[in-house]
Amino acid sequence: MSNSTVLSPSLMVAPSAASIRRKPEPPTRPKGAAPWQDVLFERTTMAFALVVLCTLAGILAALAWASVPAFEKFGWSFFYTNVWNPVTMDFGALAPIYGTLVTSLIALAIGVPVSFGIALFLTEMCPVVLKRPLGTAVELLAAVPSIIYGMWGLFVFAPIFGDYVQPALTKVFGDLWILGPLFRGAPNGIGVLSAGVILSIMVIPFVASVMRDVFEVVPPVLKESAYGIGATTWEVVWNIVLPYTRVGVIGGIMLGLGRALGETMAVTFIIGNAYKISASLFEPGNSIASALANEFNEAADPVHRASLIALGLVLFLLTFVVLACSRMLLAQLAKGEGRKT
Amino acid sequence: MTPLYRRRLLANRWNLAMSLGTMAFGMAFLLWILWVLFANGFSALSPTLFTQPTPPPGSAGGLANAIYGSVMIVLVATFISTPIGVMAGIYLAEYGKDGWLAQLTRFINDILLSAPSIVIGLFVYTVYVMQVGHFSGWAGSVALALIAVPVVVRTTENMLHLVPASLREAAVALGAPMWKVILKVTLKAVRGGVVTGILLAVARMSGETAPLLFTALNNQFWSTDMNAPMANLPVVIFQFAMSPFEDWKSLAWGAALLITLTVLLLNIAARTLFRQTAAGR
Repeated sequence: MSNSTVLSPSLMVAPSAASIRRKPEPPTRPKGAAPWQDVLFERTTMAFALVVLCTLAGILAALAWASVPAFEKFGWSFFYTNVWNPVTMDFGALAPIYGTLVTSLIALAIGVPVSFGIALFLTEMCPVVLKRPLGTAVELLAAVPSIIYGMWGLFVFAPIFGDYVQPALTKVFGDLWILGPLFRGAPNGIGVLSAGVILSIMVIPFVASVMRDVFEVVPPVLKESAYGIGATTWEVVWNIVLPYTRVGVIGGIMLGLGRALGETMAVTFIIGNAYKISASLFEPGNSIASALANEFNEAADPVHRASLIALGLVLFLLTFVVLACSRMLLAQLAKGEGRKT
Repeated sequence: MTPLYRRRLLANRWNLAMSLGTMAFGMAFLLWILWVLFANGFSALSPTLFTQPTPPPGSAGGLANAIYGSVMIVLVATFISTPIGVMAGIYLAEYGKDGWLAQLTRFINDILLSAPSIVIGLFVYTVYVMQVGHFSGWAGSVALALIAVPVVVRTTENMLHLVPASLREAAVALGAPMWKVILKVTLKAVRGGVVTGILLAVARMSGETAPLLFTALNNQFWSTDMNAPMANLPVVIFQFAMSPFEDWKSLAWGAALLITLTVLLLNIAARTLFRQTAAGR
């Protein structure tokens, strides 16, 4: 197989795109014939690969071991009691888990449609000259450190959000039957909703770039035939591109969810840090990550500390499941279209 | 024009306009954040920022200890993570390929790539800080290295896949052993790409706050002892921005501007380098 590539006339002139894409297959020696340096080198690289594997196992084991005191004291009730009292040493994870899930869902509710729009723009509408700069700009949004989002959110975004956006939301949705209570309350700019909105901006680059990448693997023939029978750009995207890449799009959304669940600093600045579950999204709340960032260094008591580590374990398991699903979905899409890269 | 045709046309125009709108929405936030950073950060930039350590509230000072601490912690983390990441990447691309161990490692690596950084900090706290009994710069470096390794593994592996098989065949035909082929030919051919990965990892580490909270902590004074709590820019920002003192807040904006500029420049440099490497292939 590798012989044919060497002999093919097109490759004698210049390497074609195909030869770059194809997975290289370096020649292998017969077993046992390798010099000892080769064996040593292979084993060394394998050891380093095992380091990566062990990291994950180590994280799980260390967190589980360190949170034992909390589970010994509270048992399963740790997961469903809504109490967090360092004075009486009573801890339950319900409020932070609720806050983590709600902020992440708000982030997805806003972030996913916006990311879809951005991916659509970048793949179908954008002039070729602008494609790269705009794509890079979206990715730079992901490069901005979390703590910068936090500062900007606390000092700039929250006041504006509280003065203009929250009263408007109350006016529009406040009287509705089910949704109403969500949007009532003191509009002070800090709380679960603000944290969700800032999280949405932070997950947009991740979701948008996955969507853009999977949109680009749609075979041009499919799109061209749809255009050929008179479909509009929107119809091509909605009826051809999206169904074809569905699995990958869901994988991208899960990746964004994984990011949103574990985001720490930005949320810590703006969520308000109160252990409570309120009907209103305007009220302050807490997420697992923000509880850790705020309290961990002040927690002197072993049970308090173990409870916080147990929160960390919950967060890790949560993101692990979400990210694992995301990877499997994306891998499934990649399998369907043959090997890329 | 039939009503159906008109409806489809309008739906198309409306949706494409919305798509343009979402792009503008994303860009607006990027520009807004950068503008706020420059507006608030520039007034804090001054030579004393780089010469004075962090002050107690109410007096003048700079960020010298935090800048030094950040640079040291990130530097050490880079030295730890680069060999691990590059070697593991070599294993995945050259030896493991589609075997079960390589596939599992790839999968786990991708998960670690997006794992919450605060959990990494918590992990290093339990296995290092708790055992040693005190916070330290070393612990901070270990935590950041754990965050950097998956980035380096990923880019190294992807880059090695770009090397054409004929290059390896030529080297093997000359009688070079595999380890020499990999180190001297394959890896050398994509040097730029591997450096890209390291730069991206450094950029990612420079902005991370959460893992440092439980490991390096902070230190108000000038300290070069990596085995003691160490000041670093992200934690200083966190502490100063949350404080009620105006001069601390102003320093926090200065630090935020420094970090963001560093991270964005590293990212752009990495991208440019990557494009050159990929174009040279």
